[in-house]
Amino acid sequence: MSNAQQIEGKAFVLGKNIDTDQIIPAEHLVYSLDDPEERKFYGRYALSGVPDAESGLPEGNTPLVEEDKFESEYSIIVGGPNFGCGSSREHAPASLDIAGIQAIIAPTFARIFYRNSVDGGFVIPYESLEDLSSKVATGDTLRIDPQNRSVHNITQDETYEIRPLGSVADIVQAGGIFEFARKEGMIPCH
Amino acid sequence: MGMTLTEKILANHSDSSSVEPGESVWVDVDVLMTHDVCGPPSIGIFQKQFGEDARVWDKEKLVIIPDHYIFTKDKYANRNVDILRGFAADQDLPYFYDVGSDDYKGVCHIALPEEGFTRPGEVLFGTDSHTCTAGAFGQFATGIGNTDAAFIMGTGKLWVKVPETMRFDFEGTSMPPYLMAKDIILQIIGDIGVDGATYRTMEFGGPGITAMTMEDRMTLTNMVIEAGGKNGVVEPDAKTEAYVRERTDKDFEPVYSDADATYHSRYSYNLEDMVPMVAKPHSPDNKATALELEGTKLDRAYIGSCTGGKLSDFEAAAEIIAGNELKLDTYIVPATTEIADKLETHTLNGKPLIQIFRDAGCHIGQASCAACLGGPSDTFGRLNNAEVCISTTNRNYPGRMGSKEAQVYLASPYTVAASAVTGKITDPRVFIQETVI
Ligand code: SF4
Repeated sequence: MSNAQQIEGKAFVLGKNIDTDQIIPAEHLVYSLDDPEERKFYGRYALSGVPDAESGLPEGNTPLVEEDKFESEYSIIVGGPNFGCGSSREHAPASLDIAGIQAIIAPTFARIFYRNSVDGGFVIPYESLEDLSSKVATGDTLRIDPQNRSVHNITQDETYEIRPLGSVADIVQAGGIFEFARKEGMIPCH
Repeated sequence: MGMTLTEKILANHSDSSSVEPGESVWVDVDVLMTHDVCGPPSIGIFQKQFGEDARVWDKEKLVIIPDHYIFTKDKYANRNVDILRGFAADQDLPYFYDVGSDDYKGVCHIALPEEGFTRPGEVLFGTDSHTCTAGAFGQFATGIGNTDAAFIMGTGKLWVKVPETMRFDFEGTSMPPYLMAKDIILQIIGDIGVDGATYRTMEFGGPGITAMTMEDRMTLTNMVIEAGGKNGVVEPDAKTEAYVRERTDKDFEPVYSDADATYHSRYSYNLEDMVPMVAKPHSPDNKATALELEGTKLDRAYIGSCTGGKLSDFEAAAEIIAGNELKLDTYIVPATTEIADKLETHTLNGKPLIQIFRDAGCHIGQASCAACLGGPSDTFGRLNNAEVCISTTNRNYPGRMGSKEAQVYLASPYTVAASAVTGKITDPRVFIQETVI
């Protein structure tokens, strides 16, 4: 994951209430996150629980990660409200990170998912002022500019507003809660 | 300017004398709870970040309660309990409720109050989304992920964004005889939706709350996460103090919302107007009244979990089940071993509750989460096929209690028991004498 600099990449669009079971179905939680070979499977199965018709809107039937691949060609997810609801499972933001996702833009996030994304240093959750899941199409190229609180849709030449990261900006910048705490001297360096 | 109860607790545990919604503060943690599913990965991160030999910040404040995948042959599930056992021994933890020992408790959110960890005015984090249950005691309590839990294990601190508070007032001085706290919270979730309280506190108050028992209040705060809430709170009163003092010697300082506190929004419900509610498959906000669904065919009834597996839940179910034959396969799972013991000693018309359930042919399980979250395929009460179940639990997303083909209706213990007797969804008012006339 990168820090709060500009991010440019292709968008993958989803609807509302995307829960942690859709992000990474429970049957795949057997892989170890510490083993480099097993870890790749989290990328392989990221978003595999989303019903086909709702995967990669508006057309649907587009997987985030192609069959037999471990990383996605998309780097930004655009979702509807309540993104990441459900369990407190940290494998959810981790699997998106492993698939190559850098940021998620949604009007609201379920709070445990939001915290896990930021504190684990997995993906950056940006809150949009409006629901962009009906404005952006899967495959559009977006540029997120946190400084200007905006997202530019290069494909459609439109600009949308995002909220500032506020108090979590420093943790995002550091790359997670442990990195932040080391920088601040709250905990000793390795 | 005045503060809400939640704002005050967070201010008291931070460097600031006052806090406002939206600001982030670092708070000192009074209790960290973890269980067999999230404990092992949290311990893994703790050891990776702080070193293999690192000690937890305060062993008196870490509580480990295995409860999820307990009575199973699944080797990964059993390995998880072994990891907890090893860690508790290495760290010499006084509060580890080991499986198979006399200390074993069962469902963590009910075990925490029973063991005196839900103290008013304190801050509790847990690696489980229903940690919000403890807010019934005027504690700030919320769920977190493994990274955050590992951070607390090493530092005793965590950052929190101060939530805005939504206030829910209940009018009416007593609960109507057919109404349970489960009906009230299903009504509220149905009204505001599964993301209606996202990032926010749900604060429950008014004369109706005073009338409720601690267990009723726990049912309300338990399900705030089903509306997306960060935490739920009830202001402590004499009942709270009596409950907590009986279970801990530790000092605590209750806090209360100021009269001029600022609320995000206010809602008011009159207990007299409320009726038995059901959440239809596959979402807790998919509300209907029990009456509207009367006649819906069912295969199974399930009474258990941190929401509906408390003593009062079984007392309510027994009132209806006593002396009746059941048309549904009915599963009884006490949340904790303390409740299981009370089912033997508490009686209705001279008969122990457990006997009432046995005589009616119920299947009786051991204290744990059991089929509330599906679990390994040999889990007691798990829905392994396309069954239709009415349950006192809290979530009915596809696959939550096992098979994705199954359908789950959420309801109060009265409604579940009434439906077990008839075989179909049934408004319990037909069984409750006082209200029929
Ligand atoms: S009883 Fe159900 S909701 Fe409660 S902690 Fe266990 S699995 Fe979670």
